[in-house]
Amino acid sequence: MAQQSTASPSYLEQDAIAFQPRRHLLDVDDLSASEISGLLDTAKGMLEITARDVRKTPALRGKTIITMFFENSTRTRVSFEQAGKILGADVINITASASSVSKGESLLNTVKTLQAMQIDALVVRHPHSGAPYFISNHIDASIVNAGDGTHAHPTQSILDLFTVRAHLGNISGKKIAIIGDILYSRVARSDIIAFQKMGAEVVVSCPNTLLPDEWELGSTLALESGFGGLRLVKSVEEAVDGADVVMPLRIQKERQDAGRLPSLREYSVRWGINSQKMALANDAALLLHPGPMNEGVEISSEVAHGAQSVVEEQVRNGVAVRMAVLYTLCAPGNSVPVIRNAGSSEPN
Amino acid sequence: MVARNKLAITGGRVIDPGEEIDQISDVLISNGRIEKVTRKTDESKFDGYEVIDATGMIISPGFIDLHTHLRDPGQEWKETISSGTRAAASGGFTTVCAMPNTDPVQDSASTVEDVIRRAALDGIVRVLPIGAISVGQRGNQLAPMGELADAGVIGFSDDGNPVEDANLMRQALAYSAEVGLPVINHAEDKKIAGGGVMTAGLVATRLGLAGAPNEAETAMVARDLYLAELTETRLHIPHISTIGSIEVLRSAKDRGVNVTAEVTPHHLTLNEEWVFGLKGEVPSSVGLQSYDTNTRVNPPLRSKADVGALVDALREGVIDIIATDHAPHAATDKVCTYNEAAPGINALETAFSSVFVLVDSEKISLVRLIESLTTRPASILGRDLGRLRKGFPADVTFIDPLALWVVDPSTFASKSVNTPLAGVEMTGQVVRTIYQGKTVFQSQPQVRNNG
Repeated sequence: MAQQSTASPSYLEQDAIAFQPRRHLLDVDDLSASEISGLLDTAKGMLEITARDVRKTPALRGKTIITMFFENSTRTRVSFEQAGKILGADVINITASASSVSKGESLLNTVKTLQAMQIDALVVRHPHSGAPYFISNHIDASIVNAGDGTHAHPTQSILDLFTVRAHLGNISGKKIAIIGDILYSRVARSDIIAFQKMGAEVVVSCPNTLLPDEWELGSTLALESGFGGLRLVKSVEEAVDGADVVMPLRIQKERQDAGRLPSLREYSVRWGINSQKMALANDAALLLHPGPMNEGVEISSEVAHGAQSVVEEQVRNGVAVRMAVLYTLCAPGNSVPVIRNAGSSEPN
Repeated sequence: MVARNKLAITGGRVIDPGEEIDQISDVLISNGRIEKVTRKTDESKFDGYEVIDATGMIISPGFIDLHTHLRDPGQEWKETISSGTRAAASGGFTTVCAMPNTDPVQDSASTVEDVIRRAALDGIVRVLPIGAISVGQRGNQLAPMGELADAGVIGFSDDGNPVEDANLMRQALAYSAEVGLPVINHAEDKKIAGGGVMTAGLVATRLGLAGAPNEAETAMVARDLYLAELTETRLHIPHISTIGSIEVLRSAKDRGVNVTAEVTPHHLTLNEEWVFGLKGEVPSSVGLQSYDTNTRVNPPLRSKADVGALVDALREGVIDIIATDHAPHAATDKVCTYNEAAPGINALETAFSSVFVLVDSEKISLVRLIESLTTRPASILGRDLGRLRKGFPADVTFIDPLALWVVDPSTFASKSVNTPLAGVEMTGQVVRTIYQGKTVFQSQPQVRNNG
C-alpha cells in the first residue's frame, strides 16, 4: 500500500481502537484482550511508518513528551524517544543523575515541577514498584510505565505479543516458556499477564530461590490478578518441551551476591538455553529475549544469533508498539481530555 | 485546683474488669481521685457534685497505652508531647508510655527527666517514659538501666530497631533483674526480612514489592522467649503479628516464662490486602490507589489467617493487651513511593473504635476488650491505674457505643494524618476523657445509630 509521507496514514482511518479512552498505561493488567488486539493493530500501522524513507508523521505534533528514567537504560529510552519523534512530538529526556533528584529534590517536587510545565506525556522508569502510580496522582500528563521496580513493564510485553503474533498468528493456545529470574523480573510479570490474557499457556521454570515465596496460584486473588493459570515446572526441559515461544530472562550477578545462586556457571549449566534445549521446542518456535543478553549465561551465543532468534525484531517492533501507545494516549480525539485550570498547577 | 473537684458520673454502664463491675452505676470523684462506684445513689447525695449524665454511655477506666511514639524531642514536626497527649485524650487514653527513639535517645537520666518535666507542663494526660536498651539504640552497649529506672522509666526498648546481637539481648534481660522492669524488644530479623516493605505473600508478589516473611518476626520472638527463660527475667513482646509468634508465646507461657505481649489495633483489623488502597478490597487490576503508603508499618500488615489468630489469642489472653504503637509521620515521609515511605500508622485517635467492631461481630467480649486497655496494662506497669477503685487517680473514659462517625484525619489532634482508615465509617466512639478528675477531651457525636 503506497503511502506518501504527508497523506493521512491508514491507521487513523481504522477503527483500530476497542481501546477505552484512558489517561495512562501503567500495566497490561487492566487492558482487555480486545484492547490489546487493538493496540497491536495500531502498532502494525506504525511499523509500516518506521520502514519508510522519511520516518515522520504529524500525529503528535505540538505535544510534549518527557522521558524520565531513574534507572540506566539505553534501548528502552531510545525506543521511546524515537517513537515520540517519529510521531512529531517534542521529546525531552531526563535522567535522574543529571536532574535535581541528585541534588536531593524529592520525587514529588520533581513531578510537581513537571506538572507546572504542562506536558502531555511522561514516560517513567523507576526502581521502586508503584512509582508511576504515585506519580500519576500528582500530574495531569499521561503516564507511560517504562518499568517500575519488579512490578511491570507493559510496553515490553506488548511488543513481545506483537512479535509472536507476527510470526505465529493467533496467540491463543500457544505455549510460552519463560525461564529465569521471575522474582526480580518485571518483564516476566507483564509477559505472564499479557500472554495469558491473549489465551496462551504460560509455563515457568527457574531456581527455587528466584521464585516469589508466595504464588497461591489456585487462589481467587491469583486468578483475579492474572497469575492464576500459570504453571510452574521443575525442569527447564519440561518447560521448553513443545513450546512455541522460549523466553530466557537475564540473570544478574547481584543474585549470586545475595546468596540466591551459587554461581552464574551453575545457572547456565542447568537453565541456560542452548541449542540442545531449543531443539525440544517446536520446530517453528521463536526465541525471544527482552535484552540485554548475557551470552553464555542464560542464553548461548549460538541460540542468541540463531535462526529462531527474533531479538532484533523485538527491538524494531518496540518502536512501533511505543508509537502505538503514545499515539493512543496522546493524539487529539483519542486521549482522555485534560481540563487545565488556567494558572493552577494542581492536577484535577 | 479547679473549683469543681467533685464529679458524679451517673447512669452509665460502668465496665471495670479489674473490679469485676459491669452494670449501670454511678462514679463519684473528688480531688482527682475515685471516691466510690455505687449502684444505688440517692439524688441528694450529689449535693456539691458536678453531675455528668452518662445515660447510654459505657464508662471505663481511662485507657493505658504501653507503646506510643511522641517524637519529642527531636522530630517535633511529626508530633510533640502536647499534640500527642491531645491525640491520646481524643482516643480515650489517659496514660501513654513514650518510646525512647527520640533525638536524643532516652538513654540517660537527663533526657528522661526532660521528657517528664515537659510532659507535666505541656501534656494533658499521663506520660510514662520508656528507656533505651542500648546506648543510642545502636545495639552495642547496655544503657544505664539503674539510672533510667531511678529517673522513672517503666521498661526498656530499642523500638524501631531490633537488638540484633543475641548476647546483648541476653545480657539486657539478665541485667534488667536489678530493677525488675521488662525488656521490650522489637523482634525483626532484618536478614530474613531481606529488605521487605510489606509482608511476603501474593499481594507483595502482585505489586512487585519486596516481601518480609512472617519468620523474620517469629524467629526473633522465639529467640527472645528462650533467652527470657534462660535469664528468668521479664520480657514484653511489642506489636506481635504472626501465627508463629503466638505459638511460641503460648508454649513459653505454658512453661512459666515471665512474658507479656501486646498487639496493635491495626494488626487486629487490617491485613495485607489493604496495600491495594481500597480499604481491603482486592481489585482485578492494580489501580491508582494501590501502594497506599499509609499501610506501610513494621511489623507489616499480615495475612487474614494471621489476623484471625491474633484476635483469638487476644480473646484467650495469650496476648495480654492492646497497645497502639502510635507512629506519626509527616507528609514528606508518606507522600512518596512505597519503598521510600517511613513505616508507621497514626493510631491513637482511631484505636478504640477500630477494635470495637470485634465486639460487634462477637469475636471478643467488650469486657475483655476493655480489660486489654485498662486492667492488664496497669498490672504490667505494676501501678495503681486502670481501675475505678477508691483512691486511684480519677481517669475515666466515656464511650458512646451507638455513635456513627467517619475517620477524618484533618480533624485529628495529632500533628500527623498517616492513617489508612481515612474515610472509613466507624461505630462506637470515645466522647469524653477525664484525667485526674479533669475533662481533657469532649466531643459530641454527630450521628447516633438508634435503630
